[in-house]
Amino acid sequence: MSVTLKNITKIFTDPSNQAREVVAVKDVNLEIQEGEMVTFLGPSGCGKTTTLRIISGFETPTNGEVWISGTLVNEIPPNKRDTSMVFQSYAIFPHLSVSQNIGFGLELKGVKPKEIRRQVEEIMEVMTLTNLYNRRPDQLSGGQQQRVALARAIINRPKVLLFDEPLSNLDAKLRDQMRIEIRRIQQSFGITSIYVTHDQDEAMTVSDRIMVMKDGEVMQIGTPFEIYSRPANTFVADFIGRVNLIDAVVETVEPESISVVCGGGGEHRHKVITSWAGDFKKGDAARIVVRPESLRLSRMGDTAAGADGKATAAAEAASVSAATAEENGTARSEVPFLKGIIKRSVYLGPTVEYEIDVPDVKAQILAVTYNPVEEGFYRNGEEVGINFSSAASHLL
Amino acid sequence: MKEKLRQLRMLSKDPLLFTIVIIIFVSVILFILYPLVKVITVSVVADGRFTAANLIKVVSSWHLRQAFFNSILMGLLTASLGSLVGFIFAFTVTRTNIPLKKFFNIIAIIPIISPPFIGALAIIMLFGNNGFITSTLLGLFNTKIYGIRGLLFAQIVTFFPVAYINLKGVLESISPTLEDAAMDLGGSRFKVFRKVTLPLAVPGIASSMLILFIETLADFGNPLILAGSRFPILSVQAYLEITGMYNLPKGAAIALILLIPSLTAFFLQKYWVAKKQYVTITGKPTTSTIKLVSPAVKWLLFSLISFFALIIIMIYATIVWGAFANVWGSDNTLTLRHFAYVFGVGFESVKDTIIIAGLSTPISGFLGMVIAFLVVRKRFPGRQFIEVTSLLSFAVPGTVIGIGYILAFNSYPFLLTGTLAILMLNFIFRYIPVGIQSGIAVLRQIDPSIEEAAIDLGADARSTFRRITLPMMIPAFFSSLIYSFVRAMTAISAAIFLVSSRWNLMTVQIMSQVESGRLGAAAAFSLVLVLIILTAIFVIRNLLLYRYGKLGGTFLKI
Repeated sequence: MSVTLKNITKIFTDPSNQAREVVAVKDVNLEIQEGEMVTFLGPSGCGKTTTLRIISGFETPTNGEVWISGTLVNEIPPNKRDTSMVFQSYAIFPHLSVSQNIGFGLELKGVKPKEIRRQVEEIMEVMTLTNLYNRRPDQLSGGQQQRVALARAIINRPKVLLFDEPLSNLDAKLRDQMRIEIRRIQQSFGITSIYVTHDQDEAMTVSDRIMVMKDGEVMQIGTPFEIYSRPANTFVADFIGRVNLIDAVVETVEPESISVVCGGGGEHRHKVITSWAGDFKKGDAARIVVRPESLRLSRMGDTAAGADGKATAAAEAASVSAATAEENGTARSEVPFLKGIIKRSVYLGPTVEYEIDVPDVKAQILAVTYNPVEEGFYRNGEEVGINFSSAASHLL
Repeated sequence: MKEKLRQLRMLSKDPLLFTIVIIIFVSVILFILYPLVKVITVSVVADGRFTAANLIKVVSSWHLRQAFFNSILMGLLTASLGSLVGFIFAFTVTRTNIPLKKFFNIIAIIPIISPPFIGALAIIMLFGNNGFITSTLLGLFNTKIYGIRGLLFAQIVTFFPVAYINLKGVLESISPTLEDAAMDLGGSRFKVFRKVTLPLAVPGIASSMLILFIETLADFGNPLILAGSRFPILSVQAYLEITGMYNLPKGAAIALILLIPSLTAFFLQKYWVAKKQYVTITGKPTTSTIKLVSPAVKWLLFSLISFFALIIIMIYATIVWGAFANVWGSDNTLTLRHFAYVFGVGFESVKDTIIIAGLSTPISGFLGMVIAFLVVRKRFPGRQFIEVTSLLSFAVPGTVIGIGYILAFNSYPFLLTGTLAILMLNFIFRYIPVGIQSGIAVLRQIDPSIEEAAIDLGADARSTFRRITLPMMIPAFFSSLIYSFVRAMTAISAAIFLVSSRWNLMTVQIMSQVESGRLGAAAAFSLVLVLIILTAIFVIRNLLLYRYGKLGGTFLKI
């Protein structure tokens, strides 16, 4: 039940201007293993939905081949393809009941009514839709409609399950719940699945692998971990989560690691583990990629980490025990890689976000610290040291 | 061009779709465009050369010039006054909390499902030479009901419902919150009406006036009965020219002249006014406020529309009474002899009418949905041509179409005159635009992925249309079936050219009864006709409910 895309290209002609052509998908190559869940992730208009519709057969590729479990399916119309789609709008038949919706595919195959009823009831049980058998679609909640759409797709045991932004019409809380549900069902049925979304959190939650797209082209294909911690380019780095990009120059290239300097002076020297970096030579311009949560902040010129080092922003901070503060103080006494001034801070409860001006590298750096109750706060205008490990950084 | 070729290639891959498109394409050309072209060529071509002789004959005739001005005058008057009555009705129903709203709604819709000349018939029975009011009650014998007064009255009664339905939609879609906001800003009730409600409704009013103008210009039944010889009307003159003088080219020339103002109004409506609409008429009705109207104005409006309603009730009461009265105007003893006539001598035409309407309605309704589906969901060359051309037959006066049909289909290879086919084809292609338009409106609101979901689940094109698309289009399908049936049952202007001794229609029968002064028989025919229509609406509704079940039935709201 593998899916293979070979050099898939789709060119649309503008209906109002025949001469204008829009390349929606450009030379996409991808191999999806049996039982795998792959997400197409990208901003709107990046070609992810078009690629999905090419796999389902609703669009014909201008170029390239689509293979589903070893068969070339380019010429097979969508109703004969063994794929089932969960639509963004759910596309539930408004004039049919819940059970008629779910059993529609089986009915078309000529399955006996008794057997359809048994299978529909079974799947409704799995999808926690029991008691809704004769309900009309407009009497369902958004989450229930979503589950009916999923049940209707799964009951046919398709070779490939396709999801077209299935959660974008749900509210935030239900969305979080449903994506875990979708992942659970996909894994328990072991169906090869392709999932289209523009929401990176969703992509991280449901996928075995993610294909990041932009302007019809593939930017990177990899596991969620690879995509996040080793982005192939600045687009991916920036699109998935938030990121700091620090300009630097390669100083030495060693088998195990690469050293870079930034800000001109020799004092800002940093090592990056080679296996995490691309092909660099001495003297190359490079950019250090580091996530905000990987930064360690330390207080400058305040080795004692005394009472005035504690945050004044919140009353709770005052209750931080002296012992903890001291411990933190020692932990932060390493030589800082960069120094900056806190420009702005946002308290979010579990985390605090800081915007830090770093004049040496002419950049604003974003840092996130956790557990502010115990870690304390930094004041606006305060000078801080910034460090991060070679494991947490990546070179582009 | 490249894109068109690509579409054609795609189309040829789907033999079913390809065949349907070709059939529709050919029929639209043959049964809508070709008759019109015939009207033009017959009037301006003689012996293979262009000639203006026929047109000059028409223009130089004082009588026909007068007919042209009279037609335009009636069009303008009915358009303004009919829209005014329609607006008062619509405004009162949507913006006040008067009692009996449902009743007024039904009263305003009844004329639509009746033959268009019922008003004229009732007027003659009430105000004519032997009229109940003029002669029996007032003792007048020489009434001047024939001519502009009677005709105007009949046409307003006939056409104001069209304005009412249009304007009700317009007023319902103007959000009352706008009026609330204006009042909140300190506007008086009248000022809010003048500065907010009315300006927002103006495009809708203009559109309804243009539609009424087109319909009045095309009206044939009322003028034939009421216009009289001293107030000639173009559509009647064309008919008389052809059936009385057997002068086809001159009749065609009159039709051509009638066509010009109709088409002008149509294109004005479609491409100018329709674009200025601030709000879509198809939008969900919002709950109306009742704050805009003071109690005094409310009861004034209530009495106004009650008065209009009384007139309509009086008209129908007259028809019912007339159908049972022995000799209208002199002997009022109740009798069933007129019905005996209808079901005896006249039964052939009752049977023919039912057969023709019953056969053409499902074809027209279904074909309308298929064309709407193709226009909205498929891409193929000639798509816009089909949409625009099919709309055209809505704008062209029935008289013109009727003349076009006898000109186009009276010789080999299209020898159809005198057959059932010519009447059916005429009805199908004349009344299909309404089905297409409502089908398009409904389909545009349906997410295409619902149909894709069916295909994705394994349904082929045919079962997707039959099991998913059509049931979802039920409201449009229903209204298009009702519309086609009602219009086929009540048609007169085009049909009067196409009937024969083998296939005759009730409407034509009614006309000849009126002409020979047998008002009782005409009334009985009309009553039977309205009853058949009401029965048919009931049957169609229940058939659809049965076919598409309770779930489909929830869409069925009229």
